[in-house]
Amino acid sequence: MNDSPLITIAGYFALLSLFAVGGANAAIPEMHRVAVDVMHWMSDRQFADVFAIAQVSPGPNVIIVALIGYHVAGFAGAGVAITAMCGPTCTLAFFVARTWDRFKDAHWRIAIQAGLVPLSVGLIAASAFVLACTADHNVYAGLITAATAAVAYFTRINPLWMFVMAGVLGLSGWL
Amino acid sequence: MSDSATPPAAFRPSLSELFRAFVLVSISGFGGALPWARRTIVEQKRWMTTEEFNETFALSQFLPGPNVINFSVVFGSRFGGTAGAAVALAGLLGPPLMIVTVLAILYERFGGLETLSRILAGITAAAVGLLIAVVAKMAAPMFLKRWNSAPVIAILAFTGVALMQWPLPHVFLGLAPVSVAFAWFKR
Repeated sequence: MNDSPLITIAGYFALLSLFAVGGANAAIPEMHRVAVDVMHWMSDRQFADVFAIAQVSPGPNVIIVALIGYHVAGFAGAGVAITAMCGPTCTLAFFVARTWDRFKDAHWRIAIQAGLVPLSVGLIAASAFVLACTADHNVYAGLITAATAAVAYFTRINPLWMFVMAGVLGLSGWL
Repeated sequence: MSDSATPPAAFRPSLSELFRAFVLVSISGFGGALPWARRTIVEQKRWMTTEEFNETFALSQFLPGPNVINFSVVFGSRFGGTAGAAVALAGLLGPPLMIVTVLAILYERFGGLETLSRILAGITAAAVGLLIAVVAKMAAPMFLKRWNSAPVIAILAFTGVALMQWPLPHVFLGLAPVSVAFAWFKR
């Protein structure tokens, strides 16, 4: 392991960004697989903690990669991770935006976009599964998950309130 | 061409307005910034109509990578070229990065504390529930339609990544061509 972790982080997140259909939340299982199982950057619980911190932070969900990068290599790691995750696709977006009008109604463009939707659904479901395996290690945690899912599905209550209540329940020692 | 889609000069935001708008979007949005981007850009600032917003967002979704990040670049470049794209991206990522860095420092220092790990365990359990709700909302329409390949693809993607724990690129390259082919022939 003499290679600089920064190079590993840069290469890994740049690659990941190209396959993250459905946003950062669809890439959670892959981040978990690499960060915990392959590279041993962090423990299972640390990964779950980092996910929780990213969820309660304002801003885009992709911010989780900065937290993973920081854990591995400090400020430089955070900067490299977020740059690698956003840089290539932002550059692509910048150039594609100029030619979008030419192919936005093309059949192949619509087929690609429609074809990727079921993939992102499957991947986000996988994220929920992988995180539930880490987080829901007893009945009470499982109940919090189920209650939050029901409230978020059936109501328009701000999820932040669910996070506050779940945090208080956690603090009270039920989990 | 894109020039015809550009609104009259009077409605074009300056670079600093662009930056401030995306800062606002970034710090208001918990659990995804999209609803706030729509509210700010379409309803409050009226820089775009709903149709323009949806079309620009469709482009962001079409491209790989985080959607809202792509959106900021596409939106910024339409109103202010390269500088506009850079300013919008900086506004969207800057404040959350600063906040999250502070939280990361605190976590590295206090992450071992029993109190903090209990609170985070509760929040993680709730955040998983939120993800389940997001998936359920996305999946409901595709499971209600009959003779439709989408549920099969979704279940295969789930099985490959969650149960078999295969690398995402393998699952993606195996399933995406099949899924796109189904979408191509369906019309």
